[in-house]
Amino acid sequence: CLNDLDTLPNDDDIALADEVFNDPSAYKQVLAKLYAGLAISGQEGPAGLPDISGIDEGFSQYLRQYWLAQEVTTDEAVIGWADGSLPDYHEQDWNSGNEFIRALYNRIFYQITSCNAFLRQTTPDLLSGRGVEGSLLTEVNTYRAEARFLRALSYYHALDFFGNVPFVDESDPVGYFTPEQMSRVDLFNFVESELLDIESSLTAPMANEYARVDQAGAWTLLAKLYLNAEVYTGQVKYNEAVTYANKVINAGYSLEPNYENLFLADNHTASGVIFPIAFDGLHTQSYGGTTFLIHAAIGGSMAPADFGVNSGWGGNRTTSALVNLFNYTFNSTAANNAIGAPSNWGIVGDATVNAWNGPDMTLYQTGTSDVYQAYYQLQSGELKFRPDNSWGSDFGDSNGNNISVSAGLYRITVNTADKTYTLEPLTDARAMFHTDGQNLEIADIPTFTEGYGITKFKNVDRDGNAGSDASGNFTDTDFPLFRLADVYLMYAEAVLRGGSGGDEATAMGYVNELRTRANSPVQVSSIDLDLILDERARELYWEGHRRTDLIRYGKFSDGSYTWPWKGGVSDGASTSSHLDLFPIPSTDMNANPNLQQNTGY
Amino acid sequence: KVTDKATGTELPGVNVIVKGTTNGTVTDFDGLYTLDKANIGDILVFSFIGFNNVEVAIKSNEDINVILEESAESLQEVVIIGYGTTTKKDATGAVSSVKAADINKGAIASPEQLLVGKVAGVQVTTGGGAPGTGSTIRIRGGSSLRATNNPLIIIDGVPLDNEGVSGTRNPLNIVNPNDIESYSILKDASATAIYGSRASNGVIIITTKKGKSGGIKANYSANVSVQENTQFVDAMSATDFKGYVNANGVATDIALIGNADNNWQDEIFQTGIGTDHNISLSGGSDKFNVRGSMGYTNLNGTLKTSKLERATYSINIGTKLFDNKLKIDLNTKASLIGNRFADQGAIGNAISFDPTQPIYDDSLPFGGYFEWTSPIDGRAIQTGAPRNPLALLEQRRNESSVKRFIGNIQFDYKMHFLPDLRANLNLGIDKSSSKGFNNIFNSSTTQLADGTNLGNMATYNQEKENQLLDFYLNYVKNIESIDSKIDVMAGYSYQNFLNEGGDVSNLQDTSISQISDYSNELNLQSFFGRLNYTLANKYLFTFTYRADGSSRFRGDNKWGKFPSAAFAWKMKEESFLQDSNTISDLKLRVGWGITGQQDIGDNYNPALATYLLSTNTAQYQFGNGFISTYRAEPYNTTLKWEETTTYNLGLDFGFLNDRINGSIDGYFRETVDLLNFISFPAGSALSNADYANIGSLENKGVELTLNFIPIKTDDLDLTLSLNGAWNDSEITKLTTNESTDYDGVEIGGISGGVGNNVQIHSVGYAPSTFYVYEQVYDANGKPLEDVYVDRDGDGSITLDDRYRFENPNADITLGFSTDLNYKNWNFTMSWRGSFGNYVYNNVDSNLGFKLNLLNTAFPDVISNGVENILETGFVNGGTERYLSDYYVQDASFVKLDNIGVGYNFNNVFGEGTNLKLNATVQNALIITDYEGLDPEVFGGIDYNIYPRPRIYTLGLNLNF
Repeated sequence: CLNDLDTLPNDDDIALADEVFNDPSAYKQVLAKLYAGLAISGQEGPAGLPDISGIDEGFSQYLRQYWLAQEVTTDEAVIGWADGSLPDYHEQDWNSGNEFIRALYNRIFYQITSCNAFLRQTTPDLLSGRGVEGSLLTEVNTYRAEARFLRALSYYHALDFFGNVPFVDESDPVGYFTPEQMSRVDLFNFVESELLDIESSLTAPMANEYARVDQAGAWTLLAKLYLNAEVYTGQVKYNEAVTYANKVINAGYSLEPNYENLFLADNHTASGVIFPIAFDGLHTQSYGGTTFLIHAAIGGSMAPADFGVNSGWGGNRTTSALVNLFNYTFNSTAANNAIGAPSNWGIVGDATVNAWNGPDMTLYQTGTSDVYQAYYQLQSGELKFRPDNSWGSDFGDSNGNNISVSAGLYRITVNTADKTYTLEPLTDARAMFHTDGQNLEIADIPTFTEGYGITKFKNVDRDGNAGSDASGNFTDTDFPLFRLADVYLMYAEAVLRGGSGGDEATAMGYVNELRTRANSPVQVSSIDLDLILDERARELYWEGHRRTDLIRYGKFSDGSYTWPWKGGVSDGASTSSHLDLFPIPSTDMNANPNLQQNTGY
Repeated sequence: KVTDKATGTELPGVNVIVKGTTNGTVTDFDGLYTLDKANIGDILVFSFIGFNNVEVAIKSNEDINVILEESAESLQEVVIIGYGTTTKKDATGAVSSVKAADINKGAIASPEQLLVGKVAGVQVTTGGGAPGTGSTIRIRGGSSLRATNNPLIIIDGVPLDNEGVSGTRNPLNIVNPNDIESYSILKDASATAIYGSRASNGVIIITTKKGKSGGIKANYSANVSVQENTQFVDAMSATDFKGYVNANGVATDIALIGNADNNWQDEIFQTGIGTDHNISLSGGSDKFNVRGSMGYTNLNGTLKTSKLERATYSINIGTKLFDNKLKIDLNTKASLIGNRFADQGAIGNAISFDPTQPIYDDSLPFGGYFEWTSPIDGRAIQTGAPRNPLALLEQRRNESSVKRFIGNIQFDYKMHFLPDLRANLNLGIDKSSSKGFNNIFNSSTTQLADGTNLGNMATYNQEKENQLLDFYLNYVKNIESIDSKIDVMAGYSYQNFLNEGGDVSNLQDTSISQISDYSNELNLQSFFGRLNYTLANKYLFTFTYRADGSSRFRGDNKWGKFPSAAFAWKMKEESFLQDSNTISDLKLRVGWGITGQQDIGDNYNPALATYLLSTNTAQYQFGNGFISTYRAEPYNTTLKWEETTTYNLGLDFGFLNDRINGSIDGYFRETVDLLNFISFPAGSALSNADYANIGSLENKGVELTLNFIPIKTDDLDLTLSLNGAWNDSEITKLTTNESTDYDGVEIGGISGGVGNNVQIHSVGYAPSTFYVYEQVYDANGKPLEDVYVDRDGDGSITLDDRYRFENPNADITLGFSTDLNYKNWNFTMSWRGSFGNYVYNNVDSNLGFKLNLLNTAFPDVISNGVENILETGFVNGGTERYLSDYYVQDASFVKLDNIGVGYNFNNVFGEGTNLKLNATVQNALIITDYEGLDPEVFGGIDYNIYPRPRIYTLGLNLNF
């Protein structure tokens, strides 16, 4: 009878730790939780049975917190909500009591302890004791390598955000104890050694199942680690950064031809994604992740249906600092001269500079006879093609009528032999701003219509169909945590910073590849570090890189670079450089007497 | 001559009056009396405080000897304590007893609400005005931070669990208030420690009525009640709202103003009608007694669509066998409850919904209701727009049906060979079965991404089975040689709690339907013993010891050990007081004890390493498939019992023949090893926080109970009862180290933003102290938006500028009842006061700023707010504004909970029959400065409360 006190779980969903691995398929299910830790917030999507507590479950989701810390602290994003101390992020006014920093920290360590638990349960001794052998053993060993990658990824985030943090691995116990703090340099070395150590145990690039990491994922993380090594350790490692960027670039990835496709509901089919965080409207539900990224960016006159969701949450916009990065000047004379010699063909109409009177805007002879082309800024109106500035003969659309255009930059092509033409609007495809009803400048952060909206992430596929969750709550869109364009730009930056093993011409080629893919007419003929930083913003904004990039460039804190509402001032103000590291949350400072707070907090 | 029935001793001071006159006398020291001027045919009335009146007709000139019997209200009354009974006079602990005659009247469906305001130090806060709503009960504040603070409730010997029953608003609704005989409330550790593991927050023992020897008696009672809301949130009227939008909105906002003039609160509330019928039959002989009852309750709430229907049955049988050596008692109770739950979200939406919009609009695809739609795609706006409040109510059916049975059989056997030794076996069961569904109509605004409407369907079910076995031996011996009495008891208790159930949501859309189920078990076992030693009927000693095992803990931590000791000195029995006419009773009580706590809610295996499977909506994609994940659950093998030590000093007193009587108690309580849910050092546990025994908490207080009978004559008597309590709680430790710069644990999430907390547990302060910014006001007393006192003087307003300001717990609570009887009339009043309790007015803070009304992120909607916005003119929903002490308001109150009048028709249907008619008004009056709807808010955050209605009840009670 007294034995009745030793109750065991009688719920089918709960298994004793000692017994769960009696089922061979459990290994993969535990591994899946380590990945899911980046995507969802608990065991009962979208909310319920949360992994961490003390904060709203959806709000604390790993990617959502990672994104807020990387983006809202910078020029790329503001968030209008009055949630706890959330406004402190953009104002760079946080302290160790900030619950979002705490949630970020807690998610990072949740991942680390989960990975440790898996590694603890899959030691060679335990595996052989349970009779795990043959192909299952091989598989579990790959899982172990992936678990170590995921742990290294979270430790990398800890290294980047917090610097000096408590360190635990699978040799530590579970229970109430106080881990020792590890210095930022030692943590760098740990992450590096782990990634190098697992390299050979991971599957070859693109050889693993979708959403699971492979060698290219580890190489990308190594490239990031080395590119930022000077910030983390004071030692430069640009040679290594080039080496590992090269490994990824040579692994066979190609750029997704259409930039927009990288951020759609079917982006699991887009090429050039090295390591995604996978979401699904039905199976992988959370109030963080891309569900947050998409809903929170919708407000004002934006139509939720255009984004494949049922509602906007009216939160995220951007500052004019990002918008203005796309105002790079376009010299049409030079571009037109590059096409070939001026021809006798031109365009006329109220969309052109001289309206219907001419002289016409000249088209240029291309390499193909009878095909003429030019780049022009057109006004809203109509136009026709004609030779020799004369109404002797003129050509319109297929019915001979005037051709209507809206204002913008176009590449205009006409084939006078077969009487066809194209008008290609030439705006940088990456400038995905919603401007209707929005002010460029922000007078007041809580007001959604202040600052341009961003339409980058959508829960619709290439054909415009909404994602799988018919209710429109949760999104299918995966988050491209690592992708090829980032590696291209890391390569270029490492080369420019003196890394050997690469060259500037190749780097410039990569930049121009990205611009061509983005339909940008402006190719570069030289590159420098500032251009790379700007290009990273143009290519990678809202993808969770900006804070790290600005810190590497020394532009995150202090006054060398300011943006609207930095420091809590509408024009932007200088802030203290100690903000380059987040504080260790006061909860952990209090729980663990071994910890030393970061300088300045 | 007048004598006491129980002891046979003479009673001095008994009033003897000729009925209908002022002619009378008083018995002398030997109980003798002489009365002149009395004639044959007169009726003599003998009355004595604490005894039942006796009327005797004078038939001859012979002496009339009368035997008086103690009345139920007497101090000699039996008080139920753990595993036994005692008398009020012999109790060594702080025990309060409330009889059926003293409880609140009116349309009350749940037993604990009968206690509101009746007992010093017992606070019962109803969860609002829904029919049959549950309450939060606190005895002497709370002794835990994270573990439960609910008292242990024992019904006829069956201890209940603290978990709710799915589909009910209140698990206590199984007990029909009409069946209740008495309550016994054990407050200090010397009284509660015998219940060890579950008694840190006091014990409430509910005893139901039993059959009595004598003929068969029947009772029928019925009432009809009318519930009406008297209080409404001061949302802006259509006129004010139009004025506000015109003055503050942009052109697109102004264009949205409609032509209607609605008061949405009028639309969602109604007058609730309720009826209640009860019938009981009881009877018995010396050997056998039985009572059976049936009750039917039907209550319609004031919020449309909320409803409770309940049938209760009870049968109690008692029998004595084998020369009265074996006593068997069987108690059974069953209830069938049907609920319909209204969507309380309608209350908040009724404040927010634009009063200029129509209620109905047939042109929209929402079942005829008006809803906000997007001009872009014509679909309902899902985020940022309030929902039509009436549609929320009427387009949803959320119903449950719950069956519950509690039964126990108790054998009490006096050994034939040793009559001083008694064995008692109690077997009990508490079983419930619930099922319910929650359907949102297809015509509601829930829409698929393609624009078609799709409602929602969800179902749930639960089965609970709790088993009980108690066994004890009791030995009582008077040792006259040393003028002592020994009462020893030792026993064992076994309880097992099984809880299984599941739910399915999104049934309509099978692609996203979610199924979750649970099954859990808790086992508690105890060994306990008690020694009562009475010396010279003056000095009473009680020692108890209990060892408790809980399945929540493992290994060496499984068992907790809980001792207690108490001493009482019946000073009245001392020679220097024995003859006092002024002091009729005086007793000093001193007690000490340790009690334990293990109840951390639905965490059943906190010390066991387990893995938890994810639901099918929390899977992860590998390749083209999705797999359910296994999560390593956090656990703490070092978890152990939380322990509360209580010291109690009390004095029971009676003056002037107990016409003034009462007691005063002072207590100090310290809880250590708090079962706390705290942050673990990062990296150490499998989550950021888990249960651990960390922290300590202190409670201290004084309680006073005073009964005063200023008038007692044959035709008129008046009883005044006053109780008051002062309680102070303070957290004394929250961390493992002696850190001084730890702010504490923020709690008290509010509506508005996500993750905003307005309260904190911190060392040196009461639990749940408000943690807010200090608002700055202009010369006219208007709060200045976003201007706060820079308390740390660093030149900017940061989180560090928050300060600890008041807390939601009352410093002083008072209860005051009057009971006036005049001839056949009866008038009662029940007042209650609460002082020093503060409330965060979340209604004003969340619905009183411009961006919530005219939000640019949602340009196609305008929303109403509270009148408060016209005073403040607040614009932004900034965090600091939410956390302003402007919204923390003094919610002290005085309430007239209950006022009633009754009339008694004797012998109306023949000899021995009796008909009572009564009329009651509940929630008659509130006096408060609090600016929100109702100052009585458990936890101190006022948002979307179901208003407590005023209830008018007419009732009849027929005995025959």
